[in-house]
Amino acid sequence: MSDWVDACAIDDIEEEDLIRFDHGGRTFAIYRSADDAFFCTDGLCTHEQVHLADGLVMDHIIECPKHNGQFDYRTGKALRAPVCEDLATHPVKVENGRVLVRIG
Amino acid sequence: MKPTKRDYSLLGRDAAAAVERGLASAAWYHTDVPRKTMKELMQRRDGPAMRDTAIWLGAMAVLAAGVIWLWPSAWAIPPLLAYGVLYGSASDSRWHECGHGTAFKTRWMNDVVYHIASFMIMRNPVEWRWSHARHHTDTIIVGRDPEIVAMRPPDLARILLNLFGIVDAWVAMKAMVLNVLGILTEEEKSFIPESEQPKVIRVARVWLAIYAATVALALLLGSILPLMLVGLPRLYGAWHHVMTGVLQHAGLAENVLDHRLNSRTVYMNPISRFIYWNMNYHVEHHMFPMVPYHALPQLHELIRHDLPAADTGIWQAYRAAWPALKRQLRHEDWFIKRELPATAKPYRPEFYGDVEPVMGAAA
Repeated sequence: MSDWVDACAIDDIEEEDLIRFDHGGRTFAIYRSADDAFFCTDGLCTHEQVHLADGLVMDHIIECPKHNGQFDYRTGKALRAPVCEDLATHPVKVENGRVLVRIG
Repeated sequence: MKPTKRDYSLLGRDAAAAVERGLASAAWYHTDVPRKTMKELMQRRDGPAMRDTAIWLGAMAVLAAGVIWLWPSAWAIPPLLAYGVLYGSASDSRWHECGHGTAFKTRWMNDVVYHIASFMIMRNPVEWRWSHARHHTDTIIVGRDPEIVAMRPPDLARILLNLFGIVDAWVAMKAMVLNVLGILTEEEKSFIPESEQPKVIRVARVWLAIYAATVALALLLGSILPLMLVGLPRLYGAWHHVMTGVLQHAGLAENVLDHRLNSRTVYMNPISRFIYWNMNYHVEHHMFPMVPYHALPQLHELIRHDLPAADTGIWQAYRAAWPALKRQLRHEDWFIKRELPATAKPYRPEFYGDVEPVMGAAA
């Protein structure tokens, strides 16, 4: 069973935005939606391994900064070419103003 | 074919060399822009592209009506030429922007205009989406980028013929027929995922049906007019997109990881910018492909301090690019080395070395 990892403070992420989070030799993206919910996915686009942290969050979509491929960051589902492969997602919870991620 | 020192094929010697040297799928230079500012620049809007698309397709409809009304008199020629540019050149930039998904905020609007423009410019919308993704991953990397217009030595005859779409349309028609038959070339297979390949074939079959219907109508009417409005404008209206498109990268560095050195920003008149949808800000577009066309002038103002000086016009840009292309006929290692501002940071200069221009070489 994997542990919850303290990733950041909730205020580290603006609404409708994301930040990069590196842990244990892996890289992730943590999102804050417009309705103040938090989500976590793998950090690299499944198309060409570009980090999503410089991408654009629109509603519940993250768009890759390199080729404009899109994912639903809540489910990781690939929505728009050139991405075909879904993005892995990771459970998130908020405790005492901190964002915790469970990394499998 | 005359052998060259460079192998631009996607499955050839230089493709493997690019991977080995770390030039493939590499990290590229970006000018520092605060995240907050970049988020504002990246914001999508439907308004500008809806307005421009209404003007584009509306003008085409009016011009086509004029051509039909005036045909076959010589008075039909001016509206026909204008229609041709909107069909055979403005479609290039609409294909491009909607392919990136940045023109409209609403996804289906991007997709509809992308498919219309792809048909006009004769680029299979599935295949070329992947081709263009590779162009952005590996911009002007020999053996990796499938969209290098001016290779070295440059094929000037091909470029000149393409002012009238001759080579491009011929290649597109051959590819369409192969795709209709269910065949994809090995190069196509190298950048189109297997799951997407059936879509290439489906689109080709729809297109063939449209062209067949157009030819049938022309035969029925005993007039070439239907083909002058569907298909042939890709030839007689191509000149503007070739004129502007050649300037994007021609004569500049290959095998670098810095768009400031291999791409060109050119100030253009408002009509060309409408046809070209601001792709004259080409360094900016490559550096930040998520910024919509309508925000590129703002992006340019923001980062120009870090870029080589923009060319001040199409004519001025060709005054540098055309002699460079002619020079590369004899000295294919020569190129225009873009000068970065004194305050700009060089990036991965280890890749400059093997392509250092022989500045003193005779032209």
